[in-house]
Amino acid sequence: MTAELDAAIAVSRFGYGARPGELAAASSDPRGWLLAQLDRRAPPPAELAGLAPGSQVLAQFLAAREEQREARKTAARADSGDPVQKVANRVREVLLPHYLAQAAARTKAALATTQSFRERLVQFWTNHFAVSVDKPICLGTAGALENEVIRPHVCGRFADMLLAVETHPAMITYLDNQQSVGPDSDLGERANRRRRFGAAPKAKTGLNENLAREILELHTLGVDGGYTQADVTRFAAVITGWSIGGGQGRLASGTPGTFQFRGNLHQPGAQTVLGRRYAEGGFEQGQAVLRDLAAHPSTAHHLAVKLARHFVADDPPPALVETLAHAYRSSDGDLPTVYAALVHWDGAWAPTPRKFKTPAEFVYSSLRAFGVVPAEQKALLAGFELLGQRHYSPGSPAGWPDRAQDWDGADALMKRIEWSVALADRVGESHPATATLDAALGPLASEHTRTALSRAASGSQALSLLLMSPEFQRR
Amino acid sequence: MPSRRDVLRWGLGAGALLGALPGISFAGAGGSARFVVVILRGALDGLTAVPPYGDDAYAPARGPLAIARPGAAKGALELDGFFGLHPSLEGLHERWLARELLVVHATASPYRERSHFDGQNVLESGGEHPSGAASGWLNRALAALPASAGQGLALGQNVPLILRGSAPVGSWAPSALPEVEPELVSRLRDLYSNDATLSARLDEATRIGALADEDGADAGAQKKMARGGNVERLKAIAETAGRMLAATDGPRVAVMDAGGWDTHAGEGGADGQLATRLRALDQVLGALRGGLADAWSRSAVLVCTEFGRTVEVNGTRGTDHGTGAAALVVGGAVAGGRVYADWPGLSSRARYEGRDLRPTTDLRAIAKGLLADHLHVPSRALADVFPGSERIPAASGLVRA
Repeated sequence: MTAELDAAIAVSRFGYGARPGELAAASSDPRGWLLAQLDRRAPPPAELAGLAPGSQVLAQFLAAREEQREARKTAARADSGDPVQKVANRVREVLLPHYLAQAAARTKAALATTQSFRERLVQFWTNHFAVSVDKPICLGTAGALENEVIRPHVCGRFADMLLAVETHPAMITYLDNQQSVGPDSDLGERANRRRRFGAAPKAKTGLNENLAREILELHTLGVDGGYTQADVTRFAAVITGWSIGGGQGRLASGTPGTFQFRGNLHQPGAQTVLGRRYAEGGFEQGQAVLRDLAAHPSTAHHLAVKLARHFVADDPPPALVETLAHAYRSSDGDLPTVYAALVHWDGAWAPTPRKFKTPAEFVYSSLRAFGVVPAEQKALLAGFELLGQRHYSPGSPAGWPDRAQDWDGADALMKRIEWSVALADRVGESHPATATLDAALGPLASEHTRTALSRAASGSQALSLLLMSPEFQRR
Repeated sequence: MPSRRDVLRWGLGAGALLGALPGISFAGAGGSARFVVVILRGALDGLTAVPPYGDDAYAPARGPLAIARPGAAKGALELDGFFGLHPSLEGLHERWLARELLVVHATASPYRERSHFDGQNVLESGGEHPSGAASGWLNRALAALPASAGQGLALGQNVPLILRGSAPVGSWAPSALPEVEPELVSRLRDLYSNDATLSARLDEATRIGALADEDGADAGAQKKMARGGNVERLKAIAETAGRMLAATDGPRVAVMDAGGWDTHAGEGGADGQLATRLRALDQVLGALRGGLADAWSRSAVLVCTEFGRTVEVNGTRGTDHGTGAAALVVGGAVAGGRVYADWPGLSSRARYEGRDLRPTTDLRAIAKGLLADHLHVPSRALADVFPGSERIPAASGLVRA
């Protein structure tokens, strides 16, 4: 009995919910079933094959945007039709298929995988390093960031993941760093000279703090991690020149769509960040700051809180947070060591679920309960959209929130009911409700819910009740 | 047994209030007032939305982002000879001319750092510092009103922090899917009989759903709303929300929020990224007014943001996180047609930490003034609504007498 209960917890709390037969597979050794998913060298899911590299997608965007600029100039000269609108649509036309392919591949991988703990960890880190596609330049690259720099490092060291993320073109462009210019860099100096001679500089030059601030606040130390506005400004100076290739003007050189360190934008000289002096070293200066940020105890604490909140409780027990932070500090930020500490924390196995599923978790676990992977892209993605969690669109660099209060609104519940009815109608009679309940929740299903299902007016209504039951809404 | 405070709140509180308003019944006056808070997430640039064109330091500091003076090509819409409105805000300017728009400038919550997420936490929780607070100031204000006063409505699937708390609130967003059969709802009610949270949510959802149906948002209309383009969709939601608020038994307060104001790069001036968003905001507020119809005369809408942006333009033709911001109060009940600001100036010396517009008006004073004079929240309760704000008196005269 305990092994069955632990298996159900392993699959629904740590993973994305049980597919038919999965509880049995996990029940011989539930903890081992989780730990086996932390293989450092596991290949990426087959569903991702054929996706275009982010650099290629970004290069297409840059080219289409250039076309748009030209069209705007032409439109200003001759008033003929609305070529600007046409090209704006074309930018979307070029990028949207990439976005949809990435979202569909991610969904299919999460629905089909036998390693849903690992898949959940991937999406946890993507959300930690959130890039949102409501910024047009990121429409085709947000998914690429997940596949190109999160997946390879999900079972590696945090420091490596951090450097890979902050130099990924999706992050650079999401937080506007490609044009941030050191005031005393070659380019900044040139602008200063023009200003001294009374001419307006060709383009406004100077720092943009956005990426530096979010690295400190969201990606590493946390908002109370002990940095100041001066640290933000100096760190922004350190990472001037972290840019991309293939833009216009000052961004023209380099391979389009790839990370490019631009020495002529980089603020020269030593900088002091968090009380530590970093000698000038071009790109290496920023790498050194990131290495130290990854090793900082505030980072260990911040990441521990987020992991504990994601897997155990909205307000996680301080002892668990300290256990995870300790695992992080003592392993030099080795992520599988931290995950293993989480799996071995007894309190994480309490039978009463304390996490309310996010819309995405609800959609994944519902489709997994039926063992269904919709073939059609629209059917595959509709649930996320309707329930308020469209892929790769958290809307802010803080990512999607991870507490019940952010997802358990009255209207949100009604939308889940509506969607569960639509899904149950579609999968219908081919799934007997009680057997589906046993396969999805095992001993986590309450007698109360079993009775409700057995009294339902139809098979499809019983399936709606299953999906909307209190124990299926939580994990 | 109720505590002394509860007696004051529920018993004496209402009586004292009625006594203070001789000749006006509760339902007829304070009881019918409607209050909407619009949160612009990401930090609205108040120097572009409400340009202080009369400040000599404005145009030099803003360079290519500066909005020209009224009368110039693409110039600001004139307010008072010193401040203007962004040229995209035509509908709000009409409200200004009708003396229904009060512009608040150089304002801020008590938060003085520059994190969006902590800034929004303080703006919504009503506390002095970011915290894990479980309730927001607007919910606590509702809780201080008589229980019959009606509930709160969040426009969206979920309830933002500002409206979370012990007073019952609902949420609503249009749906692209068919309505759920009442028979299934009653089965779910049974299924949730041991689950306080889910059963409360289900009750709220059915109540608000019925209200939305009554007010013309049937399944067909909702489907169109849920699938329309962004601005059109927001306008349709705002108009429906206005109709729900206008209903006699409708909610008294509502919250809308919109992101996308974090203009670090390519912000634009009279045209461009921010101008497009401001135009959408203007239209959405117009749609809300249309939905409220006659109830507009009893309404006040507070438009606010977590903090302002830097005075100087940054290296990417945008602005970074700042401090002092602008807020708008608009509605038929608002004593408008004026700018509420103790202007600190934009010169380098006048700035907060040398970079930001210095805040001189605590946004809590505005919110407290609206709660006290418009919703008639008892003044005693305001200390619970905004804990730690004792030395920030409520601004008076924000609504028409």
